Amino acid sequence: MLLVPCPNCGPRNSTDLRYGGESHARPDPNTASPAEWRAYLYLRDNPAGWLRENWYCASGCRRWFSIERNTATNEFRDPPLPGDKRGGAA
Amino acid sequence: MTMSRQGVQPTEVIDRAAKLRFRWNGKRFSGFEGDTIASALAASGEQIFSRSMKYHRPRGILTADYWDPNLMVQVGDDPNVRAGHRLLESGMDVRSQNAWPSLNRDIKAANSLFGRFLTAGFYYKTFMRPQWLWPTYERVLATFAPGGKIDLDTPHAYHDKRYTHPDVVVAGAGPAGIEAALAASGEGASVLLVSHEHAVGGHLRYSSDAADQAALAELRAALDASDVEVLTDSTVTGRYEDNWLGIVQRNHPIAVERLIKARAKTLVAAPGLIERPYVFEGNDRPGVITSGAARRLANLWGVKPGERAVVFSANADGDAAAADLERVGTEIAAVIDGRTGGRISSTSGSSRAVDAVVADGASIDADLLVVAAGWTAPTSLLNMAGDRPVYDPAAARFFPSDPPSNVLATGGLAGDADLDGLRQHGAATGRLAAARAAAVRHRLQSRTARALPVDGDEPAWAPDERVPLGRDPHPELYRADTHGMVDMSEDISSKDLVAAAHEGYDSVELAKRYTTATMGPSQGKLETVNTVAAIAEARGETISQVGTTVWRPPYAPLTLGALAGRMFEPVRVSPIHPWHEANNVSIIQAGQWLRPDHYGDPAAEVRNVRENVGLIDVTPLGKLDLRGPDVPKLLSLLYVNKWMKLGVGRVRYGMMCAEDGVVLDDGVTGRLGEDHYMMSTTSSGAGGVWEWVENWLQTERPDWQVHVTPVTTAYASINVAGPKSRELMSRVCEGVDLDAEAFPYMTVREATVAGVAGCFMWRIGFTGELSFELHVPAGHGLHVWEALMDSGSDLGVGPFGLEAQRIMRLEKGHFIVGQDTDGLTLGPSTGLGSLIKLDKDDFAGKPELAWAADRSLPMVVAIQPDDPDVVPEEAAQIVRGDTNEILGRITSSRYSPTLNRSICLGQVEPDLAAGGTKVTVLLESGERIGATVIDHHAHFDPAGERLRG
Repeated sequence: MLLVPCPNCGPRNSTDLRYGGESHARPDPNTASPAEWRAYLYLRDNPAGWLRENWYCASGCRRWFSIERNTATNEFRDPPLPGDKRGGAA
Repeated sequence: MTMSRQGVQPTEVIDRAAKLRFRWNGKRFSGFEGDTIASALAASGEQIFSRSMKYHRPRGILTADYWDPNLMVQVGDDPNVRAGHRLLESGMDVRSQNAWPSLNRDIKAANSLFGRFLTAGFYYKTFMRPQWLWPTYERVLATFAPGGKIDLDTPHAYHDKRYTHPDVVVAGAGPAGIEAALAASGEGASVLLVSHEHAVGGHLRYSSDAADQAALAELRAALDASDVEVLTDSTVTGRYEDNWLGIVQRNHPIAVERLIKARAKTLVAAPGLIERPYVFEGNDRPGVITSGAARRLANLWGVKPGERAVVFSANADGDAAAADLERVGTEIAAVIDGRTGGRISSTSGSSRAVDAVVADGASIDADLLVVAAGWTAPTSLLNMAGDRPVYDPAAARFFPSDPPSNVLATGGLAGDADLDGLRQHGAATGRLAAARAAAVRHRLQSRTARALPVDGDEPAWAPDERVPLGRDPHPELYRADTHGMVDMSEDISSKDLVAAAHEGYDSVELAKRYTTATMGPSQGKLETVNTVAAIAEARGETISQVGTTVWRPPYAPLTLGALAGRMFEPVRVSPIHPWHEANNVSIIQAGQWLRPDHYGDPAAEVRNVRENVGLIDVTPLGKLDLRGPDVPKLLSLLYVNKWMKLGVGRVRYGMMCAEDGVVLDDGVTGRLGEDHYMMSTTSSGAGGVWEWVENWLQTERPDWQVHVTPVTTAYASINVAGPKSRELMSRVCEGVDLDAEAFPYMTVREATVAGVAGCFMWRIGFTGELSFELHVPAGHGLHVWEALMDSGSDLGVGPFGLEAQRIMRLEKGHFIVGQDTDGLTLGPSTGLGSLIKLDKDDFAGKPELAWAADRSLPMVVAIQPDDPDVVPEEAAQIVRGDTNEILGRITSSRYSPTLNRSICLGQVEPDLAAGGTKVTVLLESGERIGATVIDHHAHFDPAGERLRG
């Protein structure tokens, strides 16, 4: 099981956290075209390599944070940042 | 072959003073403490232990250990027990599997007469057509299925789990593994040493060499004096990300099996080597055993494996087996040396025993053939760590390639050396493992912001300066000049594999699945490399070119009970639960909560609420305490409706949609003070909405000043509902004017109730009656409930449960998110589209809801069957006339005791949503009934006069 480095709680089992998916900027809801909005809702880059993604420390400090993970090796790259971009729709 | 117990051996593990009696297929047998089931039976002269899977051929001992495919037995109600490993216990009722009517006379052995037809893919090819006979085929073939019998009446046994965080886990307790554990422990690491066998020592245990025995005693003494935690009869079954290990412990004193989840900082893989059988004609005849089996039988249990043996030896272990056999009185008819070109071709004899061995062109009378043809490296844990081991033809086995640096191999898996060399490599591996574990430990601790500070810098990642082990040359011996069994578990011969390759299944992964080779109980431990060799031969290629299958977890089987372990799921009850239990409650599980469903008669509970007054415990209702100047902005962002002008003491209903416009949750939120709000959510949505709120606040609006506290369980919640609820409340409430003018519908007041200060009281209700929703500090919940019951006895107060509430909310047409809506239900489909205020600057899901406003959508509507006595099932389809064209479905249905008729909510296509539309409902029975859509959601009191009262 992956160890996820929460900036507050330290490395925790991934089951302690909620995966928030790829970091993804929210378009302006008043100007977004349907294509832009649906890209925000449904389309992900899904790279084999470095990816900035969100985690929620659900069983710990309850902070959302974002961090880069290499999806091919599961290596995390410092530093974790406060969650600044929302993941997908709930 | 006649096996029998011989005199005391210096290496034996049996206690001849402790005689154990047991039964084998109903007959009385005995063995000694320390025997396995198989060694006790072998000592008593038993030769046949099972029938093979497809051909029902008699099978005897092959390896005499955990992986022996021929020693699967039933012990009592426990199927598929490995008799080569399971220790004998007094009173065991052991039975053979896969034989009918008996092990000695198996009628299905007729299969072997047709053996040449039961080739690879036989079942696929033969039982394809006609398709209508499939159920018959299945029934008949099921009686041929191998394996033991499951007793459905077996009581639940206790299983357990353990979590541990050692610095170093050593998988395998041979000399290299023990030295690794000792060395790591000596460096200050916490070490868990896991032995698959019943005792540590690995191959030293069954060696009769005096130096080996001395070393074993020395290693055991050192372990006893060390801090190493030793687990015996336990197996590391899997290695996952970041050295998360699954370990199954089979000898726990209380649990049938215990699953240990270990987070190791470094893992040492020291599983040793598995002896590989040799493929030739008659290699599955009872009397053909591996050299390891011969040595275990002779040295651990004092059993003479046969009277007159041929030994085929391609390595030192084969030579040692010949010496051990002579010592226990087996005559050695011939030693065929595989290193100098000696070859075995076949055995002959009956199906039940060997009587001669053909070797180097001559037939030699013998009742035992001992084979030492080489080794398989169990690279399983390395594979699971991402390594792809490589084949070395000079040593005739696979070696590690490039495992991650927190997984270190030692012992036979890593190479060859004499005992001292193996021990030195093990110790060096242990020191390296400890050094790297120290670096991992430092990193884990220093990255935890709130942990105690750690001294110094992170230690450097220790370089691997171990002197590598050598590689002893070994002849590549996989198949003789004849064909034989490759996979004894699945009855797959080398002929089958060659045929599969010629049919086009010539990649090893395809051939494996087509023939099922390596897919039986031994899971490739014995047969993988022979399978690869057969495919390579058929393709005219080398083993390196063909490659091997990937070893996946679990390395050794574990029971589903071990995986399930103990129940850790918490169960939640409200503070009022003891009252419910004392009052004839029927409990329903709702998520983690145990809730009152009813107290005997839900219809009577409904009538009492409609006529008098009732209490329902709604503690699981989600409650979030929101404080700060920006709460109205947060509410406006999360709900579809407007919140900027909600006055203090006012309450408003809100609907939440996700960013895709789908209904997420609903509930009421009240303003308790200037900067103080309480949000209620659905019971099932309590956790999700909290995360949703945190997500928006933390990631999208971090500058907003809002503090969120979940208070679901801080308050006990009671809804007091019914025309007499105001009268009841007036008897227990202080400090609040309950008059309808002073405390109107959709307002909230803080009050002292039954002497309890700090209660919040909301004029809202799901039932459609005049009602007061009380949130009482949880510790006083039971007291307030009892006070309400006592004070209202003359008013007819009584409890009501979830079922009565569900009936009443359906009478009122209130939808439930997730019941009447689904993952595609957009906000306007609920019929509450007018709540959605698209003129707000921003809110969750706004663009989708704006676009949806121009479309016609499926709608949630109230429906009444024309026959008032028919209650359609929930999820019954609404169809077009006599066709099966689906136009909607019933989402909720009940019989209304208030209206004396059946009532429903449903979702229908847009053109059926108008009041008065006639629809057809297809019942589960196939019957079609007529029903009518009504023009508002409320079946009862559509004007809402009662709840405003």
